[in-house]
Amino acid sequence: MTAFLVRRLGFACITLFAVLTIIFLIVRILPGDPAQVILGDQADAGAVAAMRTRLGLDRPLLVQYADFLSGAIRGDWGVSLVTGRPVIQEVLSVLPWTIELTLYALLIGAAIGIPLGIWAAVNRNLFTDYAIRIASLLGLSFPAFVSGILLLIGFAIQLRWFPVISGQRATWTQWLQSLVLPAVNLGLIMAAYITRVTRSAMLEVLSEDYVRTARAKGVPWQAVVWRHALRNALIPIITIVGLYLGVLIGNSVLTEIVFNRPGLGKLIVGALNQRDYTMLQGMMVIYTLLVVAINLATDVVYGVADPRVKLQ
Amino acid sequence: MTAAEFSAPVLSVENLTTSFRVNGIWRPVVKDLSFTIAPKETVAIVGESGSGKSVTALSIMRLVPTVNGRIEGRIMQGGRNLVDLPESEMRGVRGNDISMIFQEPMTSLNPVLTIGFQIAETLHYHRGLDYTAANAEALRILETVRIPAAASRFNEYPHRFSGGMRQRVMIAMALACRPKLLIADEPTTALDVTVQAQILELIKLLQDEFGMAVIFITHDMGVVAEVADRTIVMFKGDGVEQGETGAIFQQPEHPYTRALLAAVPKLGSMVGQPRPMRFPIVDAQTGIADEPVAVPDTVTRQGEPLLDVRSLVTRFDVRSGILGRVTGRVHAVEDVSFDLRAGETLALVGESGCGKSTTGRSILRLVPPTSGQVMFEGRDVASLPRAELRAMRQRMQMIFQDPYASLNPRKTVGSAIAEPIIIHGLAGRQEATERVAELMRKVGLSPDMADRLPHEFSGGQRQRICIARALALSPKLIVADEAVSALDVSIKAQVINLMLDLQQELGLAYLFISHDMAVVERVSHRVAVMHLGEIVEIGPRAAIFGDPQHPYTKKLMAAVPTPDPARRGIRRGLSNDEIPSPFRKPDFTPPARAYREVSPGHLVQVAG
Amino acid sequence: MSLAATARPRSGFARVASATLRAFNTNKTSWVGLALFLIVLIIAILAPWIAPHDPIEQDIFSKLQGPSATHWLGTDYYGRDILSRLMYGARYSLIIGIAATAFAMVAGSVIGMLAGYYGGRFDTITMQVMDILLAFPSLILGLIIVAMLGPSLLNIIIAIALTSIPSFARIARAPTISVKEREFVEAGRSLGYSDARILFVHILPNITAEILVMFSLWTASSIRTEASLAFIGLGLKPPTPTWGGMIREGFENILESYWLAMMPGLAILIVVFALNLLGDGLRDAIDPKLKGEQ
Repeated sequence: MTAFLVRRLGFACITLFAVLTIIFLIVRILPGDPAQVILGDQADAGAVAAMRTRLGLDRPLLVQYADFLSGAIRGDWGVSLVTGRPVIQEVLSVLPWTIELTLYALLIGAAIGIPLGIWAAVNRNLFTDYAIRIASLLGLSFPAFVSGILLLIGFAIQLRWFPVISGQRATWTQWLQSLVLPAVNLGLIMAAYITRVTRSAMLEVLSEDYVRTARAKGVPWQAVVWRHALRNALIPIITIVGLYLGVLIGNSVLTEIVFNRPGLGKLIVGALNQRDYTMLQGMMVIYTLLVVAINLATDVVYGVADPRVKLQ
Repeated sequence: MTAAEFSAPVLSVENLTTSFRVNGIWRPVVKDLSFTIAPKETVAIVGESGSGKSVTALSIMRLVPTVNGRIEGRIMQGGRNLVDLPESEMRGVRGNDISMIFQEPMTSLNPVLTIGFQIAETLHYHRGLDYTAANAEALRILETVRIPAAASRFNEYPHRFSGGMRQRVMIAMALACRPKLLIADEPTTALDVTVQAQILELIKLLQDEFGMAVIFITHDMGVVAEVADRTIVMFKGDGVEQGETGAIFQQPEHPYTRALLAAVPKLGSMVGQPRPMRFPIVDAQTGIADEPVAVPDTVTRQGEPLLDVRSLVTRFDVRSGILGRVTGRVHAVEDVSFDLRAGETLALVGESGCGKSTTGRSILRLVPPTSGQVMFEGRDVASLPRAELRAMRQRMQMIFQDPYASLNPRKTVGSAIAEPIIIHGLAGRQEATERVAELMRKVGLSPDMADRLPHEFSGGQRQRICIARALALSPKLIVADEAVSALDVSIKAQVINLMLDLQQELGLAYLFISHDMAVVERVSHRVAVMHLGEIVEIGPRAAIFGDPQHPYTKKLMAAVPTPDPARRGIRRGLSNDEIPSPFRKPDFTPPARAYREVSPGHLVQVAG
Repeated sequence: MSLAATARPRSGFARVASATLRAFNTNKTSWVGLALFLIVLIIAILAPWIAPHDPIEQDIFSKLQGPSATHWLGTDYYGRDILSRLMYGARYSLIIGIAATAFAMVAGSVIGMLAGYYGGRFDTITMQVMDILLAFPSLILGLIIVAMLGPSLLNIIIAIALTSIPSFARIARAPTISVKEREFVEAGRSLGYSDARILFVHILPNITAEILVMFSLWTASSIRTEASLAFIGLGLKPPTPTWGGMIREGFENILESYWLAMMPGLAILIVVFALNLLGDGLRDAIDPKLKGEQ
């Protein structure tokens, strides 16, 4: 297990390095001079040159690269072109909001999705299965902003259970109000994904020889499902849920906009609109870190769930 | 005769009919089957694929799916009819009164639960033991099935065990509650022959120890002869014949039984026969057999051999870690040398992982050899440039184990056979069509079947198609990799006869790779026994089978079950030997090997 | 010969067609999906002829009206007819969704097949890159790419395509490996066929069905991504009527007239749901084992 972890950690570092390099190259290779993009089409050549100097784009590529890498590692991601504050500070101030939202959504998704998926699988081709499949298909057809808007219209505008614009979280109720709708919005979509993954993983596992063995030795059906089958089904579920966390983070952008909730999503959209180039670069670094961290966490959970991993 | 007749049967099956619903129609898979099993008795249910033998077992356990499966008739056990027992009570029967073990030990154990738990669980549910007590009892049973160091392996997961050891765990699990009846569904089919011998021995031993009855489901007449008191022969869902095993073997009544027995190769039946022999073919309807004949001498003894393999070595690096360091090496083929003449059949025999398949693939360079020479028609295949290799492959072809997987499911068999002819520019389309018809006739198929897709053919027909495709390029050498192993016995006999005919007609040389000693004895001129990537013994067929020298050859021969009920009492003694792995550390240097000539052409590796 | 004529080798398309029929026989919801999608497709094609109003022409005097006989679904902040804008919007959604997915399908499948077929280190490295891209939130990736390239039709298509290439690579790779393991591929090699022939004549027809089914599911996803980009403000420039853009405009007035955002939202939902129903049913027919996996 330790060897496995060390290897995955080493791998995560390599991934991080590779993605940082790609980000560095994307920004410089894609058509369009960042300085020109920042200043707009009408800017004169002198201003653009000044901006290039300010961004350090006039230095040799290798120097920029070394600078970028060491900065990324030290947490020095430059200064926002708009607010003048260090990018890392801006990012860290909203990061907890996004993480909080994502974690609660994951929790809601798993709490709803796993039981529903199991329920559908054991009732394969019966009405329950059919209903759950259609419902989950509908759930994952929702763009997160459409479902968000519908929730907003229903619960905030029509029913007035929640404020339309959340943001204050001085008291416990304010905190809850700012969290419930966005987390439910993301959580339901996540639940739709998890339901489907769980269902198909369970169907696969339930047809395995060892499930037949368990039945042949007289294990009660509940124990066959929850102990023999689910323990195995969790292995693919973990992998795929790990992948969907990427979708979840993407959806959190839309959710944050709809519910006007601070977070990485709002930050990156703001940076895009204001052409805050250093901020954007910093955002890409933080997203990469998140992705790598999620991958690593998935691997760890996977290693715990699958005894065969230890051997390799 | 035995105590069996004086006591009530453990199980009695009356008019069992099991059907499955396919496309809305109920199709019976087992038809009106009746039999009884006395205490401590062993009954074999034997049949080919599709005979309904496994479904019979699943019906007794009521493990047939309830949605599209239906069981009718009566299955009486302990005064109850299992067919209409409520599911909750049936659960108390499974694993307690009747246990079952399955064919695939690799997939039949739950990979995420420890083996100790999986055994203890049975005791927990049926005996109501708490897990401390259940674990103690489970450990005792694990020792009973002779798992070495059982206590220290109790908390390990199944992937740490070999196939044979996993089957022992399965047996331990099945016997935990001391059932009155054990159903063993092809328990040794997936295992190597030496391991099969161990498991059969173990089952016999435990049967005596526990005093239980056994239903043994198998397709292997050798296994039947070795274990069963009574035998039930099934054919397409019907129990066509049942009786004392000895009687069935000596005086089979039903034509199908006769056909089945005739097609079974018997180890040692070739004594005094100088050349390979065709199988007798018995009509399953009439039971009339044709007379098997020895084939004429096909071997070209003059001049250079067709194939001359010299010191062939094939190793696979095992890499791990981020940098892909070589952490080990599989020595699949290690210093293998042999030759093969036109019209000759050399068999490569051995157990899984012995390198016989890799040797075949290395000769065709489907796997790149690490070193050594493969001289074919005077040229070294191992060092041929790619373009010339493609031309060379016209002259050497391969047929594989699984005839269905060997054909592209989306190409008609006609185009599959024509494709190599056209690719190599041997003929135009028109001419190729004619050639396809000729080839299909040659392998015993009607040319108007050329427009059909592979799934419309039976397994035996598909293997004929594969042979026709291999012949399309008029090869001189055919590497047959377990080419008949997946076929039912009667089909196997026909395909082998075809191969013998073709050898005679076309002067083909076969490298016949197989684990089946009895078939090898029948078809080959010479035999090479492989073990851990090396040839341990090679020589004329009669010499190898009549006078085996190497301990491994002897062990291999002794393990083969013989379809002769007279040998039923035989006990081999239980061993715990595992199939060794050819995996080595990267710095491993294989020792140099020397051979001793026992008689002309019969070489044995010298120990040391 | 009549029997022979019915048993010609079938292409991937033919296999999908017959699978479609089978799916429709067993899975009625596929019909619903197909019907819904065809309706939207026809509306999109016929939009210039059947739209009651010009989608761009502003009419300040009739702004923010509710549904009426002249404006069935009402008007927006600039007095434009919402129904007409929805009809034209369908064109952009479908063009971008289908073009981006087609591009990703071709590129991704080739990458996946090559990786699966050649295996070894090439496979490991390629798929590792694909996995990283896959784990990276596709919306963020699309966002960045569109922001860098500028929001033109072609750039949006490229951005969305790039985000779904890894998925197709994965989809194509798995069956390639399982088909490659089958002995007919090894038989082909021993018969002297070239790699290209084995890949494209023998393997490709065996995996087209899987890939084409994924096409419908991923078109659904692409349409959703396009709408999301437009909602964030990285869609085609106004006044071009895109569904995501309409929601964006409607969202600004959500307190007064929420249907402005709701109508295009429902339109997106219907198309995406229809494609998902269709693809899900097709996949069932092709491989019952994959039932319900996304």
